[in-house]
Amino acid sequence: MTEQPKSAYFLVDNKAAVISKTFAVLVDNEAGVLARVVGLFSGRGYNIESLTVAEVDHLDHTSRITIVTSGTSDVLEQIKHQLERLVPVHKVIDLTEETPGIQREMALVKVAGQGEKRVEAMRLSDVFRARVVDTTHSSFVFEITGNQQKIDAFVDLMRPLGLVEVSRTGVVAITRGAEAM
Amino acid sequence: MTQDLSGAEMVIRALKDHGVRHIFGYPGGAVLPIYDALFQDDGIEHVLVRHEQGATHAAEGYARSTGKPGVVLVTSGPGATNAVTGLTDALMDSIPLVCITGQVPTHLIGNDAFQEADTVGITRPCTKHNWLVRDIKDLPRILHEAFYIATTGRPGPVVVDIPKDVQFKHGTYFGPSNIKHKTYQPRIKGDLRKIEQSVELIAQAKRPIFYTGGGIINSGLLGSQLLREFVRMTGFPITSTLMGLGAYPASDKQWLGMLGMHGTYEANMAMHDCDLMIAIGSRFDDRVTGRVDAFSPNSRKIHVDIDASSINKNVRVDVGIVGDAAHVLEDMIRLWKAKVLRPNGAALKSWWMQIDGWRARNCLAYKTAKDVIKPQQAIERLYELTRGRKTYISTEVGQHQMWAAQFYKFEEPHHWMTSGGLGTMGYGLPAAVGIQVAHPDALVVDIAGEASVQMTMQEISTAVQYDLPIKIFILNNRYMGMVRQWQQLLHGGRYSHSYSEALPDFVRLAEAYGAVGIRATTPGELDEKIKEMIDVKRPVLFDCVVDQHENCFPMIPSGAAHNEMILSDAAGEPQVSEAGKVLV
Ligand SMILES: Cc1ncc(C[n+]2csc(CCOP(=O)(O)OP(=O)(O)O)c2C)c(N)n1
Ligand SMILES: [Mg+2]
Repeated sequence: MTEQPKSAYFLVDNKAAVISKTFAVLVDNEAGVLARVVGLFSGRGYNIESLTVAEVDHLDHTSRITIVTSGTSDVLEQIKHQLERLVPVHKVIDLTEETPGIQREMALVKVAGQGEKRVEAMRLSDVFRARVVDTTHSSFVFEITGNQQKIDAFVDLMRPLGLVEVSRTGVVAITRGAEAM
Repeated sequence: MTQDLSGAEMVIRALKDHGVRHIFGYPGGAVLPIYDALFQDDGIEHVLVRHEQGATHAAEGYARSTGKPGVVLVTSGPGATNAVTGLTDALMDSIPLVCITGQVPTHLIGNDAFQEADTVGITRPCTKHNWLVRDIKDLPRILHEAFYIATTGRPGPVVVDIPKDVQFKHGTYFGPSNIKHKTYQPRIKGDLRKIEQSVELIAQAKRPIFYTGGGIINSGLLGSQLLREFVRMTGFPITSTLMGLGAYPASDKQWLGMLGMHGTYEANMAMHDCDLMIAIGSRFDDRVTGRVDAFSPNSRKIHVDIDASSINKNVRVDVGIVGDAAHVLEDMIRLWKAKVLRPNGAALKSWWMQIDGWRARNCLAYKTAKDVIKPQQAIERLYELTRGRKTYISTEVGQHQMWAAQFYKFEEPHHWMTSGGLGTMGYGLPAAVGIQVAHPDALVVDIAGEASVQMTMQEISTAVQYDLPIKIFILNNRYMGMVRQWQQLLHGGRYSHSYSEALPDFVRLAEAYGAVGIRATTPGELDEKIKEMIDVKRPVLFDCVVDQHENCFPMIPSGAAHNEMILSDAAGEPQVSEAGKVLV
């Protein structure tokens, strides 16, 4: 037995691999439901890498929350069960494993600069299929959609070209094929 | 049947529709309309506590001893914040509570109004669910949902926060028939394929053990009855958590006693060495498992729990069954009979021989003295002098709680009330108040510590007011004994702030409250004083002055495994057959 500090608790070093996962959570759109989900994550020490929420069915009062989180596989299994335990939760699906889904994020990226840098920013935006949604003589706002890695890459490329501001939506996701979640 | 009622009247009406007879509460500005409705109605008895924490623990004691939900009524702001400890306690121990809190009028919410607190925000993490009722139209539905959610699935506390203007408003009340919830649907029946797989594992087991918990108690009397039936059919040994005591009779020969940090040697050794563990309504809490990576290393594990998140949370199991304990046990018994299964008799016989060897160490043995009462002795005498009376026991938190669990023998469920998950000092006295309200003629004893009991001592006044003859049996060791024990064993004997200085004279304190004070200081007078306590039909504070330095053993120390318990000096030597086992 390794030397433990003087405590009646057993202190563990968990060396299991940490992986990332995306959950789609269908909830009843009642007051405080987002606070319940966020409180669950902070209270139990889970990570939130990205979280998006919006009403998806007005008549049915349902909202959909998409959460990108990370943890060991045991923790991720707990997260799913803990989410399912919340009273206003209809359904939780794991979009990374059970049914590999499509993930998208949108970003608005403001770049300021002139001359060659401006031309290079414009050229790269074309490669990434970003749209120019606002322009002045010295700036652009690009709208870009894609998975997180694509947006990260675009933002990184804009950095030396005069990046001033980024606003991202966070990930939304859906399963492939004909079935609903 | 619908009816026009004010919000306050709806509250009282809904309580009655859910069969509520007693509520525990404390008034204040934001609940006055409800208190007014209560005044004009004689169907519900209100017990006025002395602190809102007391109301929550009293409601817990009431709930745990009856199987019905406990109901609490408190005002906004400080009323609600004072209730937080009891709500958290009820959440940890899965006790159904419905707590109604007053709130400032809707137009003042968010204004830092007088006695405003974000009650739903504060209680969100310590309730199973909560609601702020902004519209009278929603009130009847929410009140019915509150009872439904508190009492079904894994039970727990709920809070309904009702602004004062909503209490005054009128609306249409409808009754609780057909409460269905859009999203909340607890799973009661277990997966039959997994139950079938389980009974087959049970039939093949060579060194099996049942490890049961509070979930059996929560599944009602039927749960305990079916557990007894199945355990006897298999002939397997059984242990239980602190919360599960009483589900299986302690006098039965298959009973190994409680397991865990202060569990018996035989229960913990059997858990460690078993080849099949059948966990029902227990949750592999850290006080039970000790060192997780050394927990029962060679067993297959079956886990039945109504809460899917309890399965594979701390310990990975081989068969996880989500469902209510009673329902799953019923299916297990049915399949066991239908398949004409039998336990492996020969293997079981040698398993029992091994267990009897562990039992022979007599791990709970302690040395008595002539001039000083040993705390274990006090509980043994209390047990002997109260057995056969259907006594209800509650406790505070500390050594006395563990000694109560070890030495008081529970034969029936719902007779043992203790704060397990949260470990709340101050639980036992108000819990005893609640138990006595539910069982006016029963003997109700709070086994207390002199430090814990001072946390909610004022509730003795509630007991006096309502003629509740609770007995507060204080094992007075002039120490926060459990803290002192850890400081002795884990912190080099540096007794930092664990001495109970400036103690009140409990006998005179009792008298000041209008209760009865009794003191015992020597073993010779113990029995006679306990009998006196039992015979008094009034609330009693019993100051049982015990040995200051006694430690609670067995104990699984710092990050150790089940087979590395510390035993008391009084326990027997290990038997030759276990020479391989190194004991600290
Ligand atoms: C509200 C609260 N505060 C602190 C603790 C930590 N604690 C656990 S046991 C204990 C000492 C209890 O002393 P006493 O009631 O005299 O019981 P004893 O252990 O002496 O039997 C303390 C301080 C707790 N469990 N609850
Ligand atoms: Mg003490």
